[in-house]
This record gives sequence, C-alpha cells and structure tokens, in this order.
Amino acid sequence: MSQLTPVLSAHWDEKDSFTIEGYKRHGGYNAAAKALAMDPDAVIQMVKDSGLRGRGGAGFPTGMKWGFIPQGDNKDHYLVVNADESEPGTCKDMPLLMANPHVLVEGVIIAAYAIRAKHAFIYIRGEVTHVVRRVNQAITDAYKAGYLGKNIFGTGNDLELVLHIGAGAYICGEETALLDSLEGFRGQPRLRPPFPAIAGLYARPTVVNNVESIASVPAIIANGAEWYQSMGTEKSKGATLYSLSGHVNNPGQFEAPLGITLRQILELAGGVRNGHKLKFWTPGGSSTPLFTDEHLDVPLDYEGVSAAGSMLGTKALQIFDETTCVVRAVLRWTEFYKHESCGKCTPCREGTWWLVQILRDLENGKGTEADLQKLLDLCDNIMGRSFCALGDGATSPITSSIKYFRDEYISHLTNGGCPFDAAKSTLFEEVLR
Amino acid sequence: MTTQESAPQITEVEMITVVIDGFEVTVPKGTLIIRAAEKLGIQIPRFCDHPLLSPVGACRQCLVDVEINGRAFPKPQASCTIPVEPNMIVKTQLTSPVAEKAQRGVMELLLGNHPLDCPVCDKGGECPLQNQAMSNGNAESRLDGTKRTFEKPINISSQVLLDRERCVLCARCTRFSEEIASDPFITLNHRGALQQVGIYENDPFNSYFSGNTIQICPVGALTGASYRFRARPFDLVSTPSACEHCASGCDMRTDVRRGKTLRRLAGDDAAVNEEWNCDKGRWAFKYVTAIDRLTQPLVRNADGELVAASWPEALAAAAAGLKGARAAVLVGGRATVEDAYGYSKFARIALSTNDIDFRARITSDEEGNFLASHVATSAVNYSDIDKADHALLLAFEPEEESPIVFLRLNKNVKKRNLKVTSIATKQSIAMDKLNAEFIRVAPGAEGAAVAAIALTAKSVILLGERASESAGLISAAVALADKTGAKLAWIPRRAGERGALDAGALGTLLPGGRPVADSAARVDIAAAWGVDSLPTNSGRSTSQIIASLAAGELDAVVVGGVDLRDMYNSVDAIAALKKSFVVSLEIAPSSVTEVADVVLPVAAITEKSGSFLNWEGRPRAFDSAVAESLNRSDVRILSALADAMGTSIMLGTVSATAREISQLGKWDGARVPFTPVAPVNPASPSGDQAIIASWRRLLDMGTLQRGEDNLAGTRRQTVAVISEKRAASLGVVTGDLLRVSNATGAITLPALVEDIHDDAVWLPRNSFGSQPLTDLNAVHGQLVTVVKA
Repeated sequence: MSQLTPVLSAHWDEKDSFTIEGYKRHGGYNAAAKALAMDPDAVIQMVKDSGLRGRGGAGFPTGMKWGFIPQGDNKDHYLVVNADESEPGTCKDMPLLMANPHVLVEGVIIAAYAIRAKHAFIYIRGEVTHVVRRVNQAITDAYKAGYLGKNIFGTGNDLELVLHIGAGAYICGEETALLDSLEGFRGQPRLRPPFPAIAGLYARPTVVNNVESIASVPAIIANGAEWYQSMGTEKSKGATLYSLSGHVNNPGQFEAPLGITLRQILELAGGVRNGHKLKFWTPGGSSTPLFTDEHLDVPLDYEGVSAAGSMLGTKALQIFDETTCVVRAVLRWTEFYKHESCGKCTPCREGTWWLVQILRDLENGKGTEADLQKLLDLCDNIMGRSFCALGDGATSPITSSIKYFRDEYISHLTNGGCPFDAAKSTLFEEVLR
Repeated sequence: MTTQESAPQITEVEMITVVIDGFEVTVPKGTLIIRAAEKLGIQIPRFCDHPLLSPVGACRQCLVDVEINGRAFPKPQASCTIPVEPNMIVKTQLTSPVAEKAQRGVMELLLGNHPLDCPVCDKGGECPLQNQAMSNGNAESRLDGTKRTFEKPINISSQVLLDRERCVLCARCTRFSEEIASDPFITLNHRGALQQVGIYENDPFNSYFSGNTIQICPVGALTGASYRFRARPFDLVSTPSACEHCASGCDMRTDVRRGKTLRRLAGDDAAVNEEWNCDKGRWAFKYVTAIDRLTQPLVRNADGELVAASWPEALAAAAAGLKGARAAVLVGGRATVEDAYGYSKFARIALSTNDIDFRARITSDEEGNFLASHVATSAVNYSDIDKADHALLLAFEPEEESPIVFLRLNKNVKKRNLKVTSIATKQSIAMDKLNAEFIRVAPGAEGAAVAAIALTAKSVILLGERASESAGLISAAVALADKTGAKLAWIPRRAGERGALDAGALGTLLPGGRPVADSAARVDIAAAWGVDSLPTNSGRSTSQIIASLAAGELDAVVVGGVDLRDMYNSVDAIAALKKSFVVSLEIAPSSVTEVADVVLPVAAITEKSGSFLNWEGRPRAFDSAVAESLNRSDVRILSALADAMGTSIMLGTVSATAREISQLGKWDGARVPFTPVAPVNPASPSGDQAIIASWRRLLDMGTLQRGEDNLAGTRRQTVAVISEKRAASLGVVTGDLLRVSNATGAITLPALVEDIHDDAVWLPRNSFGSQPLTDLNAVHGQLVTVVKA
C-alpha cells in the first residue's frame, strides 16, 4: 500500500493542468456526458456503491447524502460546494482547485444532475484570490463550452453555477453557517433539524459537499464503482489527498488509498526534517486530537484513526519535531479558535476566551498544576456542550496534548517559562549574526 | 348523524408520554422537553428559551440527558430545542450528574465575563441570571483572568439603553424584534466574546414594541432610560392592572414605590396580549404625576376666575347649576366601565335626559346607529383573528391605533400566512409587515370599495373608529358581513369607548345594550334603578349636544375626560361650552377647564380601581396601584353630585357600581335596527388641491403621554405624505417642505413621497407640528391646498 494512487492529482505536473484544454486532454468532461445519459438515481446509486465518503472531515457517505434529497417535491434543489477551507493545517482543496479546477466543475455537473438541482454554488474562501481566479476562469470556460448554463451537453438539462467568495470566517466552513452566509446573513450555525437535505439554502432541499468529495465523482463515473472500491480499506474506500506540512523534508499533497500510515507517507516525503525526530502530529487538522510517534502505524482511514482516539478529519498531517513546544503550538491554535468563535453559544464563545488566558499563563510559566485540571475541566464543559463542532474542535488539541505531554506543561511551571528555544522550531535557516 | 355533523370540529392533538427524572408526563406532540418538564414542576435553567419565541439553542444552559428507544444521545442536549418523542427518557440536572455538571459549567462561563455590578443593576433582585446562578451555579468562580469590558450603557434608542458587558447574548431581544414586532432594527454584530447587540449605523431602535425587549432580557443588559437606577425590585409593590391607552386591552403590572408609580410591565394574558405590550402602555404613565394635575375642586367666582374650593362648596355649586337646567353629558374615552355607567345613570336620573355621548371625536349618526345595532354587547375576539382566513381592515391602522391587534395579525401572518387586506388611502409600515393587500382609494371612497372584497364566514372585518369619518363605509361593512357571514368587529382607539357603549353612555342605549326606544328595556332599567320612569326620547349625539348648547337649546353640560380639540369645529365647541354651565371632571387642566364653571378633580388610572372593556368586550379589571389613593373615581363624585342635587344614583363605590352592572346583565331582546347610509362621492380636487386624510399615530401629543420625553424620542417623524405623481408635479422630493392650507390656516411639514392615492395628502393628527383638526379644521375627505413651501 505504499504506492501513491494519483487520480485527482494525476496531471498536476502538467503546465496547463488548470485549463479546460489540459483537463480535456485526459478525458475531462467525458464523465459528465456519461452521467447525463444515465438515470439520475443510477448516478446516486453508483456513488453509493463506490463507498465514497465525505472528505470534509466527518466522512458521511456521499451517495447517501444525495439520496436524502426528496424527489418529486416540486421544489428547487441546490448543490453547494464547501470550498471554505480554513482549518489550520488543512491545505488540500486549495491546491486541488489551483491545479485542476475543472474536475470540481465536472463533479458539480454530475452531482447537480443526480440530485436534480438547477443551481449550484461554490462557496470559496475569500483570502485565496489566486484560486478564486482560476475557479472563476474554469466556470467561464465551462459555460462557453456548453457544460454549464442552458441545455448543457445538449441534453436539455440546465445548470447555473455561482462562485461565492467568503468574507473570512472559519465558522462559514460549518455547513449551516455557510448556508446563512451564502444567503447574505452573518454566518452562524443553524439549529438542526431541519437538516439541509430538507430545508437548506433558501429553505430548499440542499446538498452541501466538500470540494474533494465532489471532485472525486467524475473518476468514479468514468471508471466505475468497483474500481473505486478496489482502493482503500473495508469501510473507507478509495483514494484521498493527504496533506503533509511542517517539519518534513518534502511537504505537499500525497494522494494515496485510505488506510495508508504516517510511516509510509513520511517515507514518501523524505522523512522528518533531517536530524530531528517526530514529536507530535495532527491526523486531520488542528481540530483533531494530536497523535505522537506511537501512532506512526495507525491506518489513516476513518475507522483506524477513530479507534486510536482521534479523527481522520481533513487528512491534514501537520508534523512537529522535538524542537516544538507543544504548549506554544496549542496556545496558537486556541487563539485561532477564540478569534473564530462565532459567538452564538456560550461554551465556545466564553470558553475559548478563558482557555487562551489560562494557556498563555501556562506558557509563560505562571500558574500551578491545578490549572491543568481547570483547563481539562473547562474543556469537558465545552466539548459536546457547544452548538456546533467548532467548540468541540477547540478542546481537542488541549486535551490530547495534556494527555501525551503533561510533563512538558509542568516543566513550564517548574522552569518559570517555556523551556524551548522557539527559533529552533522555525523552518527557515537560522541567521548567524 | 346530524348531531355529530353539527358538532364543532375539534382537531385531535396527538398526546405523547415521556419520562422525565423518573416521572411520566403526557403532553401534546411538538412540546419541547423544557416545557414538558415544567408541567412536572421541574425547572430546567434557561436564558435564550422563551415560550413565545422560536427555539435557538444558543445559551446551552438547559442541557439534559436524553434517551430515545433505549438509545442515549452521546452528549447532553438542549432541552429547549428538542420536542418530546414517544419512548423518550429525559434526565435533568436533578437525576443526571452529566447534565448537572454541564449546566454548572455553562453557568460558570456565563458569569465569567459578566460584570459584578449587581448592586447597581436594575435587574438585581429579579434577574434570571442571578437567580439561576444561585440555583444551578457554583458559588465560586475559577475564572480569575481578565474580563471582557465594554463602554457602559449605550443608547440604542432614546428609551432603551444597552449595557454590553451584562449581555449573555441569548438573542431574545433580536428574535422578539424580528419575529414578533417585525421591527428587525437590532441584531447581533461581531463575533466570539465580542459579539454584541447593535443597531444600524444611523437608525435607532425606534420600534413601538421596544420595551418588551427590556422585559424579556434575562439580565440587565437592556434597561429603560425612564426606569434606570430608579428602584430596587424588592422595594416595589406590584399591582395587576390594565392599560388605559387603547382598546387592545393589555394585561399590565404597575410597580409603585412610596406612592409613586415607577414602571409598568406587560402582564401575561394568553388570550389577549400574550406577554407583550406597546411602548405607550409601558412608559406613558408619568402624566399621573405630572405637575399640572388638578388636585382640588375649582369654582368660577363672580369675577370669572376659577378659584379653589372645598368639596362641599364645589358640589353645591355644581348641583345648583345643573338642577332644573336642560343639561347633557359628554364623557370621553378614559372612563372606566364603572365611571361610564355612573355618567349614564347620572344623565338619566339626575338630569332626566338621554343626551349623553361617549364619543369625544368625529362621529356620525351612521356610527351611532351601528354601535347600538351591532356592537353593544357583541363579542368578536382575538381568537377569531387566529381562526380567520382573511382579515379586512377598514379605516384602521392596527399598529398605530391598536398595537396588540397588530401583533396578533402579524403572528397569524407569520405563522400561517393569514391574508390581510386594507382599504386605505395610504400604504403604511404595518401593511408592509403584514404583507397586506393594499386597496388604494381616495379619502371618502372607502365605502364603495368594500363590496368587491371576497370574504367567507371565517373572515373578520376590523373596523376602526375612523369609519365614522367616511359616510357609507360602516353600512358597506355591515352589508359585506351580512352577505358573507364574516365577523365584524369595531375597534375604537380609546380604552373606555367600548365599555361606555355597553354602559349606555349613548343617546339611544341604556346599560347592557338596552335600546332607549324599547319600553320593556326602559322598564327593566327603571325597576333596577328604583325610579318610576326613564326619559323616552332618543338622546343627542356629541355634535348635536354642542350644537344645542350653541343654539341655547341646552343650558348645561357635565364633561368628563373630553378634549374639545379632538372634535370637528373645536373653536365653535369651545364657544358653545363657554356660554353654558359646565361641570368638568378631569385629572389635568384641558380646553374644557378654561370654560368650566365647576372643576372636580378625579383619580387617574393608577389611583383608582375599575375596569375597561377592550374592543372584544372583554372586561379588564384593575385595582388601585397606589396604596394611599382615595380612589376618587368619576362615579363616586357623580354619586356625591347626584346626592347634592337630591336625586341619588347610589353609586358610592366602584365595587358597588361593578356589582350593579353585573346584576343588570345584557339585553336579550331585539336590537336597534340598522339603517344603511349610502356613500357620498369623494371630493374632486383640482390644481393644487388634495383630499386630506389624517389619523393619530401611536405616539403623538396625547395628554396621557405628557411628561415622558424618552418615549417621545421614539415617535415617528411628522411628515406630509404625497404620491410620486403629485411630488413630480410640485417639483418636490422627500424632505422638501410642503405647505398644506385652507381658509382656516396652514401647516408646513417635510414631505414624504410614498404610496398614497394621487388625489390625497396625509398628515398625522395631534402630532408635533401637525394639528390638522385645530389648525385647519379639516377632517377626512375635505379639500386642502398643497404647495411647495
């Protein structure tokens, strides 16, 4: 299983991979034409059969989500693609869209057809102007080619695709907050039920999918469910993008079957920074509980990571070597969550306010061991008590880091401050004066 | 079976049994867990939850453990967002350590950033945060870092102050404003712990219903400028009361400290105002203590000056002037049922006349006839709006003239898409909110438009008191109701009018809706009152009484709660009273005081007991809120006056009066017949002429709003409204000054270009800078000249 299986990333090394010509050279838009000739229900069934699961983090079966949309209800249906990739460490959708925006457009065409949507939206992170431009161009080109708009592919089907640029809020990656934002309101998560499949965008049945999930669909249609099933593990089928960052020699995107281990990926990536060794890592972004070098052989699929006490999440593998102060890293993440808390619910809004203060004190060597207990208890009062998963995610780095590195926290207290030299963990060369 | 078929259809509500803390409770499907627990007496702490607002689940204070069909939720759930289900087992903080810890944890976080200014906070002592922190929180906080701070209160309107530090961001206020009042003028801004309630940059929170947000705020974040720092809740004595400001009939609570009313709150009456009221009802009470209250009787001396007199002196002077005179009674809209009954009985026994009218405004014979034939003792009510398929508004702006009727219409529009149609001259904010079909007619042409409206037996027609100003409108409404079976309700503006009607303060009616013309009805009342007979001729109406005073056909008049400036030809009315013997019963000096021969001071609402009938005919009883009150209600003074005249009416106390009224009961005989009136053609304007349309808004220059400047600050702007077409022809845009004039005078106001009939100009009555009744002596439908000023 140590081989890479480039599907999404197969042609990223070609100079014109992001153009419609580059995309079509490798059979681009053939899958959409094929899907549009199928019965929409058959398309849903094919995606169900493939075992594709949501790549946004939760791993919900994509085909099943599509199947929840009530058919024959005489209502408009909407497809919304969540491209608001903002989790610290997560960096798969933006490179994908940068290198191959058309695969998403083709996926949108197929998915919209399957759920009988005549309008689709891509809600993209506003900060990534360069990616926005490429996606915009891809959509324009697809319209020109007759793949979007009226009577697409000459089949009599219509599809309008709108690119919506977010205004910089992590919470808008939460699907219901995204829908509020898309409707022009402040992005805050909505009460569920009703779920988006029943009352989503403009209170109409809506599918919200991650970029990678939708982008995986054309290959499934083109190559068949069995082909996709042949990759991955029993319950986690297919291949996916693992994003390696941090203290590794060759960071980047590694497309491999689900179930690969960090040890295998690190081999492919040339290992941890030379002369250093792995200290801790996130399996799926900063909201997923940390792993350490004990977890090098955990299969990185939904079940494997979960069984080891974390979550596969967005497969954002941030690698930290022994030069990194875990307290400092966790403080930075927690500051992020405090800044990004939407304010709707008490535990997340108020909790992150205090978590930051306590962590900052600990990092500075103030406080006592009792503060660790306070920190853990506060986390217990936030985790599972907040309105959406943002609050839960804010506690993960704290609780997991205390679990694995309690002594390091205490050493801050006994040392009267951080025992690490922060400069040593930087990735650029130390400049000698 | 015919009996079954004719039985009313009752929709079966599915009942669900759940177990909460080991106790079974059966509740209707759809009931939220938190509400089902209340039924068992289990109080789950909460902040954002409010039974009349949609669930939001934001504060997370009400977390409980839930299990359905043996499957437990992995984490505690917000009991304010989850409806009960069959086979549900709930464990609250009483039986679940997890729920208990979760609640304590949330409470600790809520208190963490909350300032410790309870000792100076208005809410301290009646604060849900304080109370629940005691019942469901930890005594000591572990959060010893830096609290979030904000600048102390900021005005979000002239009346509402926001203290952002105290806010727990439950969104009750913003949800109320959006869902209930449809005034989304406040919203949550920013994010994280800096999230805060805010207004739009240049638009303050000028909602007619803004005070409710203060009342439902679970902390002291929203306070009223008029009450802030005035009292501690535990120093207040609370008395259930009723609102005297309009005919909606709000249940109220009056809070008094050391004999002075400090605040009034909306009471809780699901059938009427639910838990809401309007800002006028909440804040307009300072007139009671305004410096110009009449405190002692006054008698006009030989030099023509009003001088203070003792009660026996004043009563003797009044009795001497009235005895043997041809006298009439004018009683205004502030009278309670008991007072109106007193005036009614006083007129018939002490003055031997039916010349009594409670309508201190522009009236018509058509209206008088309609009130006697259709309205007295009738009972269309709020629940008819809840059941209606269509509500037709005629001469009625609900938000301005009966705000709780507006809220009820709005609720039905929002919840079940009630269709609302309004026949009017001008589009309004309320019509917009109610998504109402607007049938635009020229002033005076309302009646002709009514017949075309398709209603059913489930519809309601809400007829405002201004219907009297458009000839034939009432007749058209009656005809439409007769044709379709729709319910017809009359909604006067003033609180006392409906009660006065039922108490017989009208020339053609005796108490309980008994027609004067019906000898059996007269016998009924004469027997009850212990007199041989009652006057038989139909009494004069308000305008006829004034005309008769002017013509010398009447010599004297007893006036209570009337402002002559509310009438057409008010200058003539004042002149007519000036030449007559006038006994005035009043709380504050008015235009009548100036021409009165005897002035008898009476109690204001908070100082007396009594009741009103709201527009439904529903009794709204209240007690004196001020302990030291003499309860000097009009009826007691009239009784003393009658004694002094030697013709006792034996109504020495308000409670005795109430008892007598209830013993009389309602008339069950034939009603006065209704004679329809044909509509007249509206005036046809030419050139610069326009037809005037005009009514009073909720917040205006009304006497009962005196002394409350913070409230006055939220008034809507005084404007003259013209159509786009007229604006174009005059070369006027919104904001330019318009001059509205006639032979009597002129009013100059900023123009507002809006959706209004091209032939019309609208300006508010009795508003700051706009007094069309006195300054122009112009009523609905008359021609005025409109030019650019």
